[in-house]
Amino acid sequence: MKYILTGAAAMLMTSMMPAVANESVMSATADPANWAMQAGNYANTRYSTLDQINADNVGNLQVAWSFSTGVLRGHEGSPLVIGDVMYVHTPFPNIVYALDLNNDGKILWKYEPKQDPNVIPVMCCDTVNRGLAYADGKIFLHQADTTLVALDAKTGEAVWSTVNGDPTKGETNTATVLVVKDKVIVGISGGEFGVQGSVTAYNISDGTRAWRAYSVGPDDQILMDPEKTTVLGKPVGKDSSLKTWEGDQWKIGGGTTWGWYSYDPELNLIYYGTGNPSTWNPAQRPGDNRWSMTIMARDADTGMAKWVYQMTPHDEWDYDGINEMILTDQEIDGQMRKVLTHFDRNGFGYTLDRETGELLVAELFDPAVNWTTGVDMDPNSPTYGRPAVVAAKSTEQNGEDVNSTNVCPAALGSKDQQPAAYSPKTELFYVPTNHVCMDYEPFHVSYTAGQPYVGATLSMYPPEGETNMGNFIAWDGKTGTIKWSDPEQFSVWSGALATAGDVVFYGTLEGYLKAVDAKTGKELYRFKTPSGIIGNVMTYSHGGKQYVAVYSGVGGWAGIGLAAGLTNPNDGLGAVGGYAALSDYTALGGTLTVFTLPN
Amino acid sequence: MKKTTNTYVSFTAASLMILSYGMATPALAAGVQDTAAAYSEGGRYFTKDDIPTFNIGEDGTVDWPTYEGFRRYHSECHVCHGPEGEGSSYAPALKKSVMNMDYYDFLEIVAGGKEESKGGTEFVMPSFGTNKNVMCYIDDIYVYLRARGADAVPRGRPRKKEPKSDEIRQAQKDCLDG
Repeated sequence: MKYILTGAAAMLMTSMMPAVANESVMSATADPANWAMQAGNYANTRYSTLDQINADNVGNLQVAWSFSTGVLRGHEGSPLVIGDVMYVHTPFPNIVYALDLNNDGKILWKYEPKQDPNVIPVMCCDTVNRGLAYADGKIFLHQADTTLVALDAKTGEAVWSTVNGDPTKGETNTATVLVVKDKVIVGISGGEFGVQGSVTAYNISDGTRAWRAYSVGPDDQILMDPEKTTVLGKPVGKDSSLKTWEGDQWKIGGGTTWGWYSYDPELNLIYYGTGNPSTWNPAQRPGDNRWSMTIMARDADTGMAKWVYQMTPHDEWDYDGINEMILTDQEIDGQMRKVLTHFDRNGFGYTLDRETGELLVAELFDPAVNWTTGVDMDPNSPTYGRPAVVAAKSTEQNGEDVNSTNVCPAALGSKDQQPAAYSPKTELFYVPTNHVCMDYEPFHVSYTAGQPYVGATLSMYPPEGETNMGNFIAWDGKTGTIKWSDPEQFSVWSGALATAGDVVFYGTLEGYLKAVDAKTGKELYRFKTPSGIIGNVMTYSHGGKQYVAVYSGVGGWAGIGLAAGLTNPNDGLGAVGGYAALSDYTALGGTLTVFTLPN
Repeated sequence: MKKTTNTYVSFTAASLMILSYGMATPALAAGVQDTAAAYSEGGRYFTKDDIPTFNIGEDGTVDWPTYEGFRRYHSECHVCHGPEGEGSSYAPALKKSVMNMDYYDFLEIVAGGKEESKGGTEFVMPSFGTNKNVMCYIDDIYVYLRARGADAVPRGRPRKKEPKSDEIRQAQKDCLDG
């Protein structure tokens, strides 16, 4: 067992260090019968110790029950289970249902917030929501309009609510929240509207604000200490962000924080990534645009940054750095290290020392990636830690109004927010990936508050000579190598689940729930749910039986970009319609499907 | 269907000026399907009813506005409406909408936005009236979508295009700077 904080280890930790983490979260996630956080645990491993469903019997899996959410639109995230109650959420209007697991999923309570529908069109790429969080008898919902509400888990009554952003300026929310100690940590969306990204901590007792850390801006806004905050082992220095922007551009500079958050209770650090700098036209924002596209390690109590690492300085392709940070302890070069593993949109699988921010591994997890020749790993080099950009794929070097062709990956990245899983038994990461390339033509845009601020034209298509737009891969984070790879017709836009039964689960955009062998990737089971799956697979146990559950309900960026199928403008006219259209396979509709083994 | 308040500003295309709520425009007036170019002016093409339209040469060369429309559509519109006007799980296929909609209604919806409820789901399009990145190119986006709807250009980036005329270059500059 090499991932932190499961089972007995977490119990031990709560009893020894009562002030650490949030005790209710620690005890709820320590019991494998629950699924008490979106990521399963603070370490974001999406691993369950349940093993009743295993590689030998998963082929017998059956649908136990299902539940319609009553909402169309893309269904991301997953339900939570705490004890006898399952908490189900929906995309906009962000309904919450509490279902009684002792009574065939009878609805115990329903909460439906009132939100101005004008928030819908400022949510780039669908009104998804990546789910609820639980702590201290409360359910936390972060709505599309950035209202954060704490609900009484027993009754569904709103205990308090607070507003984190302003949708009229394009500030919205799609992410889940993370509860640490006495605070709830929330992010913000709106990178395509020139939002200045931030992370904010609210006190869970009454919803008052504890701290806010912006991604870009002056030192007192980004909560960095010029001497103590480090980048690759060295102090970041004064005005580390301001110096990398022209004039006041940082004020509409992006670096939004719409991904996942993890936490190491021993180090008391939270980890997350920041999104793209605004606009998509790199010529309009000279400089490295720090700290967009950055892995952040911040003190959970104060928000002060301990270390940072910018993966894609001066982004030229929209490779947001917001994907999950998975915390494990692994032996690297004969030494046990506390590491952080991150699969970035830019195609690199990174392994860093999560205590110091030292970069240990940076290797490509999709062989199609062609914008870079690799990351400079020489600590003595002036370009240490920077990716080497291939000139022909540089939309900055090619210039405004020039179409850079066949850039891999496409803007949606080699992997988007759909979270990976890690099994301490196999010591492998299971990663849902996109396998798509693009043409990218930047051009000049003007900024208007609350209006899209994009500035590039995109066309997307599979890599040359291939027709599959996704892969589900197993990754060795110690060496940065692919162990096996299962091709998928469409991008895999569903979060993976790894289990002690040596089975790994994920969903597909056609709507299949699939179970594969954790060691080999061999498919062991599939079932076609009512709609495409962009939700994350979860597991829980109730009444002595293990269940596996997933939302279906196609949508999200995948539902927009892939609905009509892709075309390659470089292939000439004959290739039109040559790639599968998602709309030929599935239609809208939100359903929860729950699986178990027959009695 | 509820239309939100229009927020036209001075830089929008001159054609918008003649727009008014009271104007009687039968939803499918005769001529809505007419895409034939009757004449051209400064690199732009128009139908006999003076509605902007596309012009595709025998070798596939597209007029500049159609090409510009391809670029602007795939910056501002495709994130909801999907590639090449094909529609998505989130928003309708505009290549179809523009063939069943009056030009002036198109302008009004883009500038003012649109809300409707279908099957219990709210669909909301924002108003782009103040967004120069959209409004300065609205005729380009319109003729591109009409060309898609009439199947006059295939999916993908047009391979050959007419040069950008001085008139178009100047008009874009005036609009963006205005």
